[in-house]
Amino acid sequence: MSAVVRLSDVHKRFGAVTVLNGVSFEVGRGEVAAVIGQSGSGKSTALRCIDALERIEQGTIEVCGHAVHDPKLDRRALRCDVGIVFQSYNLFPHLTAEQNIMLAPTCVKSLSKADARTLARDVLARVGLAEKADHYPEQLSGGQQQRVAIARSLAMQPKLMLFDEVTSALDPQLTGEVLKVMEDLARGGMTMILVTHEMSFARKVASKIIYMHKGTVWETGPGAIIDAPQTLELRKFVGGEM
Amino acid sequence: MSYQFDFLALLPYWREFALGVWLTLELSAIATVLGFVFGTLCAIGRSGGSPAVKWAIAAYVEVIRNTPLLVQIFLVYFGIATLGVHLSANFAAVAALVVNVTAYTCEIVRAGIESIHKAQLEAAECLGLSRAQTYWHVILRPAVERVYPALTSQYVLLMLASSITSQISAEELTAVANRIQSDTFRSFETYIVVGVLYILLSMVVRIGFGLFGLLVFVRRRKLGTSL
Ligand SMILES: Nc1ncnc2c1ncn2[C@@H]1O[C@H](COP(=O)(O)OP(=O)(O)OP(=O)(O)O)[C@@H](O)[C@H]1O
Ligand SMILES: [Mg+2]
Repeated sequence: MSAVVRLSDVHKRFGAVTVLNGVSFEVGRGEVAAVIGQSGSGKSTALRCIDALERIEQGTIEVCGHAVHDPKLDRRALRCDVGIVFQSYNLFPHLTAEQNIMLAPTCVKSLSKADARTLARDVLARVGLAEKADHYPEQLSGGQQQRVAIARSLAMQPKLMLFDEVTSALDPQLTGEVLKVMEDLARGGMTMILVTHEMSFARKVASKIIYMHKGTVWETGPGAIIDAPQTLELRKFVGGEM
Repeated sequence: MSYQFDFLALLPYWREFALGVWLTLELSAIATVLGFVFGTLCAIGRSGGSPAVKWAIAAYVEVIRNTPLLVQIFLVYFGIATLGVHLSANFAAVAALVVNVTAYTCEIVRAGIESIHKAQLEAAECLGLSRAQTYWHVILRPAVERVYPALTSQYVLLMLASSITSQISAEELTAVANRIQSDTFRSFETYIVVGVLYILLSMVVRIGFGLFGLLVFVRRRKLGTSL
């Protein structure tokens, strides 16, 4: 099986601070990887490196056949294959839900307005918001905004979806509706990497757990490692979480 | 107070007043459109250009903001004449107004651009939008919407300041008034009429901007809230 994402020995520094100190892992097609770890352990940075939002100093990153570490990387092509959703939904406030979704397909893939609108309706239905197409972000709840943000990424038909603590800003009720969308995606065979603090969700949905500690992958394995950690650090982390 | 007002003495001049009003509107409209386009380009250059471009635009803006409009008008009018090119007074007036209002527009739009959160740019980047597409769809539209009230005031001010171009005898409203009062010796009445006309012009410009804003900023029209 060819890996969709392969990081090997990735190093990333911010000034004098080494944030990623030799990170290596693989995520295969259709796999759902949950990245967990303490605050500051480098989870977001790792995700951002995968989408070429940060330049790495050492190591290699391959994503859907793109050599992300290569300075000659075609970023646009990479972004057509990778969708990313952040904790702050970052919808464009002056555009309706539908227009938010239509923007990239029309601009980047040169879809006609009509086709892009059909596509937008389609992805909105997938996240359960078909009736909110004409709403502006400020008219939507946090959970609904986050689902629109997910739909906006899905409209580019990515081969890989990255999620960085997408439910952290939401109260428990709204968290549920966003997690359900992600679970549906996982069931549909989408390759996903999600940074999350929702341990029960990680255990339920993820086929692989990546526990990061001090800028390295400290422990990795199937969902079961949350119940039976091998390292003291993960045991402490899981204990503290629950 | 024994002054006898005689507005009727101005009645024969209504046509000239009307022409003056029309030219004032025309000068200001052209300067507004060109000033907005050039000012926005300058704002883009100043927020995202190379260091040399940034420096050049900053220098231009500072020079304009720290010299009187009248001096700028004379510099454009006589400066270009010394190059051997003869400009009509109206053309020189528009050119000087554009040079002036471009600098102010640049500063206002730049403030709008800087108010756009970095996360918005990152979202656009992650969706694969090019830099130009990001500027157009994600930065400029909300940026201009945010500073639209400031821009409106600036362009009303521009319309009023266009009266100074009467100094190089562009035939706008104030120049017309100067001539009429020297013909009729009814200075007070003439400038009262001109003052009222400027107030009406200001109202027209403000209403025009208001309507244009409703047309362009759809979200604002529907929700009535600011960005
Ligand atoms: N742009 C930056 N400049 C400087 N330091 C940064 C930058 N981004 C992240 N860091 C530092 O890198 C370290 C790891 O940050 P990162 O955001 O990857 O952690 P995280 O695991 O996602 O934490 P959290 O769970 O709080 O989101 C932190 O110490 C942070 O201060
Ligand atoms: Mg983080």
